[in-house]
This record gives sequence, C-alpha cells and structure tokens, in this order.
Amino acid sequence: MPLNIIVCVKNTPTTNNVGVDSATGKVKSAGLTYAMNPFDEYAVEEAVRLKERVPGSTATALSAGPESSEGVVRDAIARGCDGAAFVSAADLDVNNPFATSYALAQAIKKLNEQKPVNVVLFGKNSSDGNSGVVGAEVAAWLDWPGIISVKKIDSIDEKSATVWRMMEDGTDVIKTSLPACLSTVKEINEPRLPSLKGKMAAKKAAVPKWTLADLGIKPEDLSGALSAAVVARSSPPPSRPAGVRVEGASAAEKARKLVDLLIERKLI
Amino acid sequence: MANQGTLVVALTQRGRLLPSTYELLTCGRAIADAAKEPLAAVVLGAKASQFAPDLIARGAEKVFVVEHPALENFNDELHAKAVGGVVAKEGLARVLVPGSVAGKSLAARLSVALKAGLAADASQVHLNSSGLKAERGQYSGNIVSEVEFRSPVQIATVSPMAYPRAEAQAGRTGQTVAVPFEPGPARIEFVSYQPEESSEVDLTAAERIVSGGRGLGTAEGFKLIREFAQSIGAAVGASRAVVDSGWIAYRHQVGLTGKSVRPKLYVACGISGQIQHLAGMSSSGTIVAINTDAACPMMEIASISVVGDLNELIPLIVAEIKKRKGAPAAA
Ligand SMILES: Cc1cc2nc3c(=O)[nH]c(=O)nc-3n(C[C@H](O)[C@H](O)[C@H](O)COP(=O)(O)OP(=O)(O)OC[C@H]3O[C@@H](n4cnc5c(N)ncnc54)[C@H](O)[C@@H]3O)c2cc1C
Repeated sequence: MPLNIIVCVKNTPTTNNVGVDSATGKVKSAGLTYAMNPFDEYAVEEAVRLKERVPGSTATALSAGPESSEGVVRDAIARGCDGAAFVSAADLDVNNPFATSYALAQAIKKLNEQKPVNVVLFGKNSSDGNSGVVGAEVAAWLDWPGIISVKKIDSIDEKSATVWRMMEDGTDVIKTSLPACLSTVKEINEPRLPSLKGKMAAKKAAVPKWTLADLGIKPEDLSGALSAAVVARSSPPPSRPAGVRVEGASAAEKARKLVDLLIERKLI
Repeated sequence: MANQGTLVVALTQRGRLLPSTYELLTCGRAIADAAKEPLAAVVLGAKASQFAPDLIARGAEKVFVVEHPALENFNDELHAKAVGGVVAKEGLARVLVPGSVAGKSLAARLSVALKAGLAADASQVHLNSSGLKAERGQYSGNIVSEVEFRSPVQIATVSPMAYPRAEAQAGRTGQTVAVPFEPGPARIEFVSYQPEESSEVDLTAAERIVSGGRGLGTAEGFKLIREFAQSIGAAVGASRAVVDSGWIAYRHQVGLTGKSVRPKLYVACGISGQIQHLAGMSSSGTIVAINTDAACPMMEIASISVVGDLNELIPLIVAEIKKRKGAPAAA
C-alpha cells in the first residue's frame, strides 16, 4: 500500500553568525539570507527515499511562516517531493515551537482529511531556534505517537513502522503504529542535491496557501500559544576569559608545564 | 489556587538513573529555596522505588514513584502520561526535565498536554521576583536568550552538565509516595536495545573530553587521542572533518551537527575551531588547545593553549601524566 508522507520544513538564516540589537534585545535580521534549515534536508531526503521504497507513495512538504518563506517548500519539491502546502502566517513567530507546532498540526489535520496521512517527518532541530521539539509537539497536538532522534526507518507499511532511535548510550529499536511523527537525525541518510528536473517542477508547482483562519486557528488561540513561553530578550554569549599560552624551549618542557597547570587547576 | 512547587523528573535508562538527574536536583533545589517551597521529584521506571532514598539524600523532599514494567524503556506517551498525572494532581508549577533524547521527547509531549510553556536545552533556570527564567542558546550558541513564561505550568529541559551534581547529605529526610499507573493501550512497542559496542563514556555526560581533528593526519592518529583520554579518564570527541573522513564514528562528533558538550575540561588536538565545531563545545569549563597554528580560532578561545605538533606533544603529555599520577599524592 502506498504511503502518504508529509515532511515539515523551515526557512532559516543561512548563517548562525547573527548579532543582537542591544537596545531592543532582538536578533538583527536585516540583511540575512534564508534557505532550507540544513537539518530538514535529511528529513526531505528520507521522505523521498520512502517514496522510492514504497511504490505509489507521495511526499508532500509543509511549512508555516511569513509569506517570504514560501520558497522553502518549493525547494523541497526540487529535492524530490511531489507537492507542498504552505501556511502563510505573518503573526506566527516561527522560533516559538509551541505555537509553530500548533499551526503545523492544524495543517496536517487538513491534509489528513483530504487523504489519510501515514507518516510526518521532521529535521532534528532548526538551525536558528535550536529547540528540537516541534516534531514531538506536533505528535502531541495530533495525539499521534512521536519518536525523535530517528536514525533509521527499518521497515514500514501503511499501518506501522520499525525505527531505530539514537540514544546517548546506544540504539533503541521501536515499533510504532502509524500515523506517527518521526524527527530524524543526520545519520539517517546523505541528502542529494536538487535535480534540474526537480527545479523545473518546483517552479511550476501549484502550492496551496492557507491562512491560520483557513485552518480554524482563531487569533486568541494563536496569541495564547505564543505567550506560553516567550523570549524576553537576547544577548551575545558572555565572552570567555583570556587564556594563557604554555611556553617552553622544548616540547617536553611544554608538556610538563601543561600537566602542571591541569593538576594545579584540579582538572585532572 | 495558582500552581506551585517544583518537580524534578528523574528518568531511568537501562535500569539506572540518568546522571543528569543529580544536576537537575541542584538546579531545582535553588529554585525551591528561592520560592520557599519544598522540592519534589518524580522517578519513573520498571523498578523505580529503589531510587527514592538517593533522590531524598540529594535534596528532594517528596518523591513520587511511578513504577510499572511499561515504563522500563522510554515511550513518549506513557512517560508524559505518568509525569503529567503527577503535575496535574499535585498542582505543580515548575517541571525540570533532563536535556537527553528521552527528556526532550517527554518535555515536548508534556508541554502540549499541560498547555505549558517549554524552554528547551536551558543552560540556566532560576526564579526571581517576576517568575521563572530560563536561559538558552539560539543560533548555535551565538546568542543567549532569556525565556519567560506566562502559562500556569512551566517546563524546562536542562542541558547536561549545566549544573554540578547534587551530593548526598546524611540526615536528609523526605516522603515517598507511590503513584498508581495504568498505561492503557500502547501505540509504541519497544523491540530491543543495542548498546554502543565500545565502553566509552557518553560524551554529553563526560566531565573531561579529549577531541581530535584533521591535525591527526591519519585515522591511526586516534590511537594518540585514546591514550591521552584514557590517561585522564576522558571521553573521546572528534571534529566533523575526521568523522567525514571515516577515521572515527559519527557518535563522537562534537559540534553543530554532532553533540553539544560542556565538560569541565575539553582538550582540542589538531582542531582549527571552525564556528560549527565551537557551537558544540564553547561552553566547556576549561578549553585546552594543542595546535601547530598559533593563530587559529581554537587557540584564540582556549583557556590554555600549546603551540606544537601533537604527534610530539601528546606522548610527552601522557608520559608526564602517568609519572605524576603514579607518584604519591603531591600537595
Ligand atoms: C552545515 C555544517 C555543519 C558542520 N557541523 C560540524 C560539526 O558538527 N562539527 C565539526 O567539528 N565541524 C562541523 N562542520 C565542519 C567545520 O566547518 C570544519 O570543516 C571542521 O570542524 C574542521 O575540522 P578540523 O578542525 O578537524 O579540520 P581543519 O579545519 O582542517 O583543522 C585542522 C587543524 O589541525 C592543525 N594541525 C595540523 N597538523 C597538526 C599537528 N601535527 N599538530 C597539531 N595541530 C595540527 C591545523 O593547524 C588546523 O588548525 C560543519 C560544517 C558545515 C558547513
């Protein structure tokens, strides 16, 4: 039986080297360029591989964010997805995982009504917000099972999947019923680059665009979700204290002095 | 009545408490003291009650024990149901969860179930007059953000090694409460566990890490790194360059696309210190850099730097450590 696969992607700044406006405590966003969150490339690749594994399956990319980020779902099509849906929401702070996962879950519900969804894939975390909880939160909003840190989808049919979860001390093998949300890690595959054919398809694709209202999300629902946890202010990280250089006439002297220092500071 | 009280979530993995549980107790103790409230913990597992005395000795005043075979291995729905049940029944306000794979997965589910704000991977959580504050890194640690909460229940996952581990103190007493648990039908079934083939320490919980980079020259270079690590009881880390070259397995990779670590001591050997590597280790306590290039970024941020060829230096350092550690304890 073919699978209906959804993969969630985010448009993120192409650099992590961002500054903070010291007056407002906000990240300086002027001049930043954006592209698909690098971690999501693995999720997209896995969606495409699943499609190749189970004939007849479809992979649909989904993203929520400001109008300007629609290109990220087209990039997913260029990388092999069949289609996409986009939630255009200027008021949604996409670095707020609680609100973002809520919006994505409502969009997945809509897709699920159109055609039952089997699996939703996510990247490990976003390169800007860094939270790594959106996939598990979407699972919770939908009341579906959620597994994070997935490094392999071992077997899958329309009803269940056996996956490998990378833990700190090894690997858990888990069987989950579907539909479920799976957050991937980098180890899962090696993403391919967008193909020329994919890029053409991405240009031509008709991407349905939904507003929050289209998804039944009322303004007060959104503001409630957004305010559960908020970033009050941001600042550059505290700078590290200046270091010392171990000098010595010979390597042996440097080695001895280094060990002296480590013992003196009770580090070894 | 408004929710009150702080709860530390003590997760068991392979029948043992996660080591970061003790770090959460340190963090939770300070919050409970600031709030002038008792500190509670909830411990989950197939055989969880055995850990209650230890949690009490390390600062918890009340320990909820949810013991059930279904909680032996991590299952996001069941664990969230168990913790959520305790939080709701007791009307607790603040929940501290380990920043591990299981902890993060649990906190996310809990956050939605309790409509509770969540700060993930906090490096600091504290309480002041205006409420709970969590500090967390964004943009790979290039900025630090302060998170505030507006929800009645507030959750933070705390990064491993962000707090010192609470010590056991004799004479501490507390209450243990057995919590009945009915798992219900499970949609996730645990099949098996495959341990790491090596007995190496988990990087994220390591107090000391020795890492190697492209400066090692060849895969054999990791012999030096392992010897160095062994001599000081450290875990072995690596840069992406050497992982991509197949010199060492991915699980050793530190950085943006690897693990985030904050040991007391991080020794970087032949690692240039590109921003993606720094993203995973720049909050380490003391950073030692060994590099031929005196001006590379790792040498610039290091607490202690040594200019030189690691092939020459590491054997000398290891020999010196063995000599010193073998000698009777010096002052
Ligand atoms: C999206 C993205 C994600 C990434 N994620 C990560 C990540 O998670 N982790 C990571 O580490 N990198 C990551 N990188 C790669 C990163 O940019 C660097 O390429 C990588 O960290 C470099 O590894 P290195 O320091 O070992 O190698 P190099 O940069 O080649 O540095 C080698 C160092 O060894 C020194 N050296 C050479 N010979 C000797 C000697 N005999 N003795 C002593 N020193 C010597 C040199 O002076 C140099 O400083 C990522 C890159 C991208 C684009």
